[in-house]
Amino acid sequence: MTDVTITPELVAEHGLTEEEYGRVLALQGREPTITELGIYSVMWSEHCSYKSSKKWLKTLPTEAPWVICGPGENAGVVDIGDGQAAIFKMESHNHPSFIEPYQGAATGVGGIMRDVFTMGARPIANMNALRFGHPDHAKTRHLVAGVVAGIGGYGNCMGVPTVGGECDFHPSYNGNILVNAMTVGLASTDAIFYSAAAGVGNPVVYVGSKTGRDGIHGATMASAEFDDDSEEKRPTVQVGDPFTEKLLLEACLELMATDAIVAIQDMGAAGLTSSSVEMAGKGGVGIELNLNEVPARETHMTAYELMLSESQERMLMVLKPGSQGQAKAIFDKWELDFAVIGRLTDTGHIVLKKDGDRVADIPLDGLNDAAPEYDRPWTETAARAPLDPAGVAEPDDYADALMRLMACPDVASKRWIWEQYDHLIRGHTLQRPGSDAAVVRIPDSRKGLAITTDCTPRYCYADPRTGGAQAVAESWRNITATGAKPLAMTDCMNFGNPERPQIMGQFAGCIMGMGDAGRALDYPIVSGNVSLYNETNGEAVLPTPAIGGVGLLDDVDAMATVAFKQAGDAVIVVGAGRGHLGSSLYLREITGSEDGPPPAVDLEAERRNGDFVRQLIRGGKVTACHDLSDGGLAVGLAEMCLAGGMGAEVSLPASDLPRHAALFGEDQARYVLSVVAGSADEVIDAAASAGVPANVIGKTTGDGHLTVGECFTISVADMRRAHEQWLPDYMAAP
Amino acid sequence: MKAAVIVFPGTNREQDMVDALSACMGNDPILVWHGDPTVPDVDLIVLPGGFSYGDYLRSGAMAARSPVMRDIIAKSEKGVPVLGVCNGFQILTETGMLPGALMRNADLKFVCKDVRLKVETSQSLFAGGYQAGQVIRVPVAHHDGNYFADEETLDRLEDRGQIAFRYCDEDGGLNRDANPNGSIRNIAGIYNEAKTVLGMMPHPENMIESAQGGTDGLALFSGMVEALS
Repeated sequence: MTDVTITPELVAEHGLTEEEYGRVLALQGREPTITELGIYSVMWSEHCSYKSSKKWLKTLPTEAPWVICGPGENAGVVDIGDGQAAIFKMESHNHPSFIEPYQGAATGVGGIMRDVFTMGARPIANMNALRFGHPDHAKTRHLVAGVVAGIGGYGNCMGVPTVGGECDFHPSYNGNILVNAMTVGLASTDAIFYSAAAGVGNPVVYVGSKTGRDGIHGATMASAEFDDDSEEKRPTVQVGDPFTEKLLLEACLELMATDAIVAIQDMGAAGLTSSSVEMAGKGGVGIELNLNEVPARETHMTAYELMLSESQERMLMVLKPGSQGQAKAIFDKWELDFAVIGRLTDTGHIVLKKDGDRVADIPLDGLNDAAPEYDRPWTETAARAPLDPAGVAEPDDYADALMRLMACPDVASKRWIWEQYDHLIRGHTLQRPGSDAAVVRIPDSRKGLAITTDCTPRYCYADPRTGGAQAVAESWRNITATGAKPLAMTDCMNFGNPERPQIMGQFAGCIMGMGDAGRALDYPIVSGNVSLYNETNGEAVLPTPAIGGVGLLDDVDAMATVAFKQAGDAVIVVGAGRGHLGSSLYLREITGSEDGPPPAVDLEAERRNGDFVRQLIRGGKVTACHDLSDGGLAVGLAEMCLAGGMGAEVSLPASDLPRHAALFGEDQARYVLSVVAGSADEVIDAAASAGVPANVIGKTTGDGHLTVGECFTISVADMRRAHEQWLPDYMAAP
Repeated sequence: MKAAVIVFPGTNREQDMVDALSACMGNDPILVWHGDPTVPDVDLIVLPGGFSYGDYLRSGAMAARSPVMRDIIAKSEKGVPVLGVCNGFQILTETGMLPGALMRNADLKFVCKDVRLKVETSQSLFAGGYQAGQVIRVPVAHHDGNYFADEETLDRLEDRGQIAFRYCDEDGGLNRDANPNGSIRNIAGIYNEAKTVLGMMPHPENMIESAQGGTDGLALFSGMVEALS
């Protein structure tokens, strides 16, 4: 069947361990062909098989009455009422984006959009969570420029608004940047498409772009550490064609409006292999493909190359018998390839033919169910000693400290980035980038979706379990701060090498924390992605479980925004401030230390305080609302002043806390609100009855200054300059 | 009033345009596929924004040679008004229906943000809803919006009142900081000589209700509907 001899070296090159190769031999009952080896290799790669993470992912909460489809499909599906569903997922494209930032990021965006529209949803919003190395690292500027251009290049052409995200910098990402892209789509609950193949004899149809030699072994690359030679892996990065994907989107949605499709899945990581194997495997059927029918971009492509190519903008479908003509007419109209490349069988095997030869024959239950699953050893991250705020140096000059925080890379305005994304197309962007959560309206309705991405990796590194819970809590809080009800989340688990117990311990800890928070907040995880081996020469990234959250606003007219609206409103802090400075931004940026534990996450308080705030917003009592996170109260107030072009005059609530701890402490479950002056007492009374700590700390002003008691008075215009200038200045530097 | 919105492969702002037109016309415009040989008889033809043919070769270059454009050029010559926004403007310059060219933005980056425009004249069927000299706020979203024409052409455009909009600051000042893409003489939109064809880079269709952050784009559509009904 093949001329290629399977040597131990070849097996190792395919990323299979000796033990795993032993399983291959047992399942096949013979030596595999090179094509079979390739298929086992990608299907059992960490990227496709989740072999190190599966055990832990199973512990996450995934259900709620409004969840229509949880993890395991192309994306998660939640009910948003009126026969409509939000379909969403976040995915990483870390390894390729480091090697070739433009194409790596672009195809990451293309891939996640396909995951969403393959389920029948029109994508209505894109988000992204980006993590880069230290700004002074030689590659950072080039990577930022390329990744941002790539995300924009793809999303803009697709006509899907990129409405928000986050972007942080830390030296742990010097050798492994993180590019996590999220897409939210809108579908009818009665027209959601799944991937399980059914109907022996039904035609298997390939649509979209032709298959080339690009991206072969992308999934394997994404399942290994980098070393100094990683740039030689550039040919494994795919090249994106957003124009073709736009045509594919429209053609698929047009076909989905008919009754022709039995099952559909996009060809993402591991291309034709994973799509055919997963569709047939889920449906409990067999599949036979004639690879001579696969539209190929290049001549003389081997079966191995056709099966492992990660060429973009392709879909695999199983059609109902007799519907081929109707389907082909639609793809002809959009000038896309359409080819019947095989059929479903009852053998339970995937059988591949090329030039009349049988080049692969693999039992699907073996490939899928006998895939390795590891319970990797892990060690718990040691708890850090509490950090007494009184022992942390007070700034010499409070105004200067706040200015430095507002201009530090993690807080500074990311306008330079989001102005390169079309965030307005479709005309439904109600909260633009830079808000707590982006809000997009559902067309022809009063409903809106609030969307956010969140993670505080320094917390996760200091204490994975607390950090995992905090990421979920912050996501829930950001959605709540718009007045929306948080519905569900997607996650992108970015970690180092899971074969190291310390890294596995970070992973396990974060998952446990996310599970705690998801359960306590009724905020299940409905889709996600795991990216391991984000590590170069043994240096791992900070544990980064990025959370993408989606919430529902019943009435967008009752939405809250971060911006102070008018002078004279009362400014209220909701939630208890305890002056927690451990692992805070103040500690890192002002004192140069990353010490101390992260702030405690009290999930009962989160829920109580958040439910109270949401109710206030929905009752029309709130003129502005912002959750408190990085930089604490001081940064939160500053951001509200900047967003509204307003000033504020406040004094710190009476307490025994050192002033800098009260100002910059990052205690959780807190919000700042503004309410019209006359209703402040009523709000404070309502908070007291709800058992929610709330204090009036001052009022908004029209004088263009933020004043905090005896600490500082600072011009909002100066603050804006510092906040806006850092990133453009950085990117313009030679 | 009846309008047609042309859809090329890669067009992506047709729905935004349909929403704005139907809000003012009280009926939905007809969507016309690029492969159709003719456009139905309508009072207005619109080329909306997007990336027709992926912006491959040059923005608008391939769409300008598609079958439907031959009929649009013929209808335009008979006086049917044509509005081209963003990619539509690029297509209009590629067909020669409007002079000049739209080059890559001066800073080479895609730009999406609100800009201020100075309405140069209200004397057209498109701009009757505005006052001459009025400053309006609408967004741009493009990679190739850097308008260029030779000096002689520019002088002629100015002399004949064919400049529709210029990028300006909040006070109407024409300066470099207010210009998002490097367009020569801050030009954001131009008319043909008969003022029956308008091409503009900014997107008035994305600024028609307060939920979108402003309503300054609405008067373009309501003014057109008034002129053409």
